[in-house]
Amino acid sequence: MNLNYTDKQNAFREEVRSWLAEHVPAEPLKTFDTEEGFQQHREWEATLNKGRWGMVTWPEALGGRGCDLIEWLIFEEEYYRARAPLRVNQNGIFLLGPTLMEYGTDEQKARILPKMANGEEVWAQGWSEPNAGSDMAAIRSTARKEGDKYIINGQKTWSTRAVWADWLFGMFRTDPDSERHRGLTFILVPLNTPGITVRPIPQLDGLPGFAEIFFDNVEVDVSNRLGDEGAGWSVAMATAGFERGLMLRSPARFQETARRLVELYKANQEKADRDPAVRDAVMRAWMDAESYCLTTYETACRLVQGGKIGAESSTNKIFWSELDQNMHATAMSILGARAELLPHAPDAGDVGTWLDGWLFAQSGPIYAGTNEIQRNIIAERMLGMPR
Amino acid sequence: MDFTFSEDQLLFRDSVRDFLVNEVTPERIRGIWESDSGRDDGLWQQLAEMGLTGITVAEEHGGLGMNELDFVLLAQECGYVALPEPLVNTALVAVPVISQLGGEVAAQWLPQIAAGETRVAVGCRENGLAEDAAQSGLLLWAEPEALYLLTPEQFSARFNESVDPSRRLYAVDIADGVAPVASGEQAAALYRAVLDRGALGAAAQALGLAQRMIDISVQYTGERQQFGKVIGSFQAVKHHMANVAVRLEYAKAPVTRAAYALAHAEPAEVAVSHAKLVACEAANLAAKNSIQVHGAMGYTWEVDLHIFMKKAWAMAGTFGDTGFHKQRVAEFIFADSVALGAGTTFG
Repeated sequence: MNLNYTDKQNAFREEVRSWLAEHVPAEPLKTFDTEEGFQQHREWEATLNKGRWGMVTWPEALGGRGCDLIEWLIFEEEYYRARAPLRVNQNGIFLLGPTLMEYGTDEQKARILPKMANGEEVWAQGWSEPNAGSDMAAIRSTARKEGDKYIINGQKTWSTRAVWADWLFGMFRTDPDSERHRGLTFILVPLNTPGITVRPIPQLDGLPGFAEIFFDNVEVDVSNRLGDEGAGWSVAMATAGFERGLMLRSPARFQETARRLVELYKANQEKADRDPAVRDAVMRAWMDAESYCLTTYETACRLVQGGKIGAESSTNKIFWSELDQNMHATAMSILGARAELLPHAPDAGDVGTWLDGWLFAQSGPIYAGTNEIQRNIIAERMLGMPR
Repeated sequence: MDFTFSEDQLLFRDSVRDFLVNEVTPERIRGIWESDSGRDDGLWQQLAEMGLTGITVAEEHGGLGMNELDFVLLAQECGYVALPEPLVNTALVAVPVISQLGGEVAAQWLPQIAAGETRVAVGCRENGLAEDAAQSGLLLWAEPEALYLLTPEQFSARFNESVDPSRRLYAVDIADGVAPVASGEQAAALYRAVLDRGALGAAAQALGLAQRMIDISVQYTGERQQFGKVIGSFQAVKHHMANVAVRLEYAKAPVTRAAYALAHAEPAEVAVSHAKLVACEAANLAAKNSIQVHGAMGYTWEVDLHIFMKKAWAMAGTFGDTGFHKQRVAEFIFADSVALGAGTTFG
């Protein structure tokens, strides 16, 4: 065990820091849940890609830097410290990207990954359906094979980023006689294909961050199938694993929120201390963010040395989503009567982005498999309790 | 950056775990409870023969010369079996403090401790009472102003029963005229060392205790049937255990981090307090949820759960309670010039 960064790691951190200092927009971008903000974020992805910072863990041949997970964590630390823009293509780069590398053909990788990396093609997810939420194996949307085409019919919902995205990845039932997780196939769908209707759904903040998608005899070339026909479930499980895992929720984000929470508390301490629970919650936020960081480093070091991620990783999503909720709830307590003000309200003062974060934090325990589903997984797969 | 234990460290842990699980059974612990001394000399000798009583004693004094990081995994295993013998305090607190005193004191006592000939007890003002004071040939008693190494004739001890019958606690009165072995700034530094090291030991044991309570509860709920099914198949029961697993999983790395800081003589106070708070919280949650899923059986003396539950409660209060450790965390994070946030964890 050695908890010091190597010279190479320190140099890498310096390189990331100085590039970000030069390139991160001084004026924060508009949210990518607006059309203008989406376009701004797409351009930021192109800027990142030009500096080869788009996806540092990807191989150099694909525009990455071949970084290991420790360098990835360092990159993320600098990225959040610099308050760089959120990643509009996170569905693509963090979820589909790694899945493509595992299951994609060389042709698919060459065709899809570079455009994903430079923000030219932004990806949406197509998992949930009106009657397939936590019970994802209840998917009913069909893909009927005709010659070298799949004919897709049905409906997806809660499809994140779908309003302005270019492509969608999802699971469709290719075997009409199949049940549950058998007979499903993982298919990539261009969202401009005739027969597709995207209906935006306003989120809790009123903005269309996700959408319903209707498929009416949508023709997709079979070359857009990822993995074998009927093997969609296992391909999707790999994606869901990435989503819960450390790629999407690196500790830096929560450590920065904890740091801002400490500052908010210190700036309002006299008022905040009237509720003694607040001080405790602030300390707990800092400790839990540290625990999350330490545990992630431990896991990353194990993986770098060839270890496997185990069932214990299913604890990850509950931990960060509850931490995020608790931190924002504490900030709302400190802000008191001002907490309900939107950041741009004329008298909002220093309420900052806490309300936005609070609204978003409500989704954490729900998406990517509700925390109740996660608890079942932990009990059954990690602890070995009976089904 | 390598936040992993070595193969050797893990193999040693595995062999000690096998030994402890086989030897320190709940039946044996119940037998120890019935004895007058509350200690098992045969077991202490077995631990000495494995080198464990001298694991942190320097090789020149007959020990294995290992450090806090080597031992922290073993301390978790001591917790897993609720070992009544004071191995954790010996290896993590008494030996390193006596080693820091050095000189004749170290040369006199360390070989005896390593050989298992002398048991050493640890007490400090923060705890008030000292574990094993009347069962030991040597008592290390720490106060902020003075550190004492006491032989049995140099103090009197009044037994205080603990809810955990494995813990033998004593109020200590030092005889008039006994001189401390350290005073002033040296004593103050050693007092902090006693607290940090004792707290790390309690935190590591809490991790093992929490894991044991999960294991016991998973087994019990996999056998007990109601409504025609094993109760472990019910989500309400599963989620109680999953909640413990989540808190436990994220308490492990902080404990390792604290051990690393002590082993490398880095500032350890905040890391230790963080570790103690989260590890003991996980163990207390394990106790609470485990007794719940056991139903009335969990409230009995007969079922083994309470062996571990009671030790977990004691670990939460010893070597600094939550108030003590939260105060130290607060002093750090609310200081004016502190660097917090992404990228600050490893300095």
